[in-house]
Amino acid sequence: MFVGVLALQGAFIEHERRVAELGATPFEIRELRDLSKPFDALILPGGESTVQGKLLRELGLFEPLREKIVSGLPVLGTCAGLILLAKSICAESTVHFAALDVTVERNAYGRQLGSFHAQAPLLGGAEIPLSFIRAPKITKLGNGVEPLVVLDGVPVAVRQKNIIAAAFHPELDEDRSFHQLFLDTAAQAQ
Amino acid sequence: MENRYELNKNLAQMLKGGVIMDVTTPEQAKIAEAAGACAVMALERIPADIRAAGGVARMSDPKMIKGIQAAVSIPVMAKCRIGHFAEAQVLEAIEIDYIDESEVLSPADDKLHIDKTKFKVPFVCGAKDLGEALRRISEGAAMIRTKGEPGTGDVVQAVRHMRMMQSEIRRVVSLKDDEIYEAAKELRVCVQLLKYVHDHGKLPVVNFAAGGVATPADAALMMQLGAEGVFVGSGIFKSGNPAKRAAAIVKAVTNFNDPKVVAEVSEDLGEAMVGINESEIQLLMAERGK
Repeated sequence: MFVGVLALQGAFIEHERRVAELGATPFEIRELRDLSKPFDALILPGGESTVQGKLLRELGLFEPLREKIVSGLPVLGTCAGLILLAKSICAESTVHFAALDVTVERNAYGRQLGSFHAQAPLLGGAEIPLSFIRAPKITKLGNGVEPLVVLDGVPVAVRQKNIIAAAFHPELDEDRSFHQLFLDTAAQAQ
Repeated sequence: MENRYELNKNLAQMLKGGVIMDVTTPEQAKIAEAAGACAVMALERIPADIRAAGGVARMSDPKMIKGIQAAVSIPVMAKCRIGHFAEAQVLEAIEIDYIDESEVLSPADDKLHIDKTKFKVPFVCGAKDLGEALRRISEGAAMIRTKGEPGTGDVVQAVRHMRMMQSEIRRVVSLKDDEIYEAAKELRVCVQLLKYVHDHGKLPVVNFAAGGVATPADAALMMQLGAEGVFVGSGIFKSGNPAKRAAAIVKAVTNFNDPKVVAEVSEDLGEAMVGINESEIQLLMAERGK
């Protein structure tokens, strides 16, 4: 399985490593010509959503990727990736792919001093480690959005059809189960 | 505390592939954010002006830093003097996202750096070589940058420092296990950290380029030499068209391996920062704090 990893800015190498460990083949998307290869799934990594959103548009990647996402390409977004996917962003007029029916609040836990680690079960099963780095919070779920991980009553990872998104960074911790879930979902879509 | 250090290293991972820009006002911070900066460094005077003004350079006014924190949504960094842990405490009290214990300011301690393990907020420190980088990491730095020569617009020292670090890393990788102890003594660094470098072929934290980067090609050069991102200080707001130059450097960092993109963004940027050659300057800031 070929997994395109958006490599404009942020922690994309960590996702590539994880995807490769699980037997899929990652490749980096940095400019339009990188989209000429076919791929089966897409990862939008953590980083700064303002930077990624701007570069996506200026490098001409935004429309082609949006079309792929809305037409059902399996996609995983973490942290900034969640913000890029969200239909609505608190206190901001600019939204990006707007393909996932949630509202998010950027930097909802405050500055770096508010960053934290936690643990919670994935889909009611085993607990997985969660690293929140200047993380966004999902404040509203639309119809058909299923929570995958809930921490203190707040959904921190969700799924809607072909889209999986998390406010935390599964690529930073050793546990592989979140990426495994994504790759399984992508394999079913094939 | 170990947990906190991991989170702090993680934040630096999120900055990778990005450009961190020096700004002196909320307006400049907004220009930097709109141009695609992944973080800003809030300071009263940019290094070129610090160099021109002479005298003692200190931490910026907290009120000025708070103004910049209020203006942007991206992380905000600020500088304290080398060894000045009370300035660092002030920056932590105003919840800065990253502290740069920086040779750009006048050192407050000519022997010791700050014990950065005592802080919850992360630190980035400058280094000229692997020894300096690992010493700063032992003291608790969660991110490293080359020192370069700030405020000059001359990239030669950043290149020298990055090449030095990379070649020393390659040498350490080639050592046999029992040679690491002697190498640690030579470099004056702790064995565990050197062992990490030996096993992984990289520093245990993110490593950015800084000091003298003025053009998109400078940024692409540093990325190809192994930098994981770039700090741009005086190069942007000392140039003819800061917004355009800033956006161009951001794109050059993302597509550093594609000369066509770097060529395209290098067009028509207006006047670059005038700059001073390394051989023309009196004060080598990179010699501060080893």
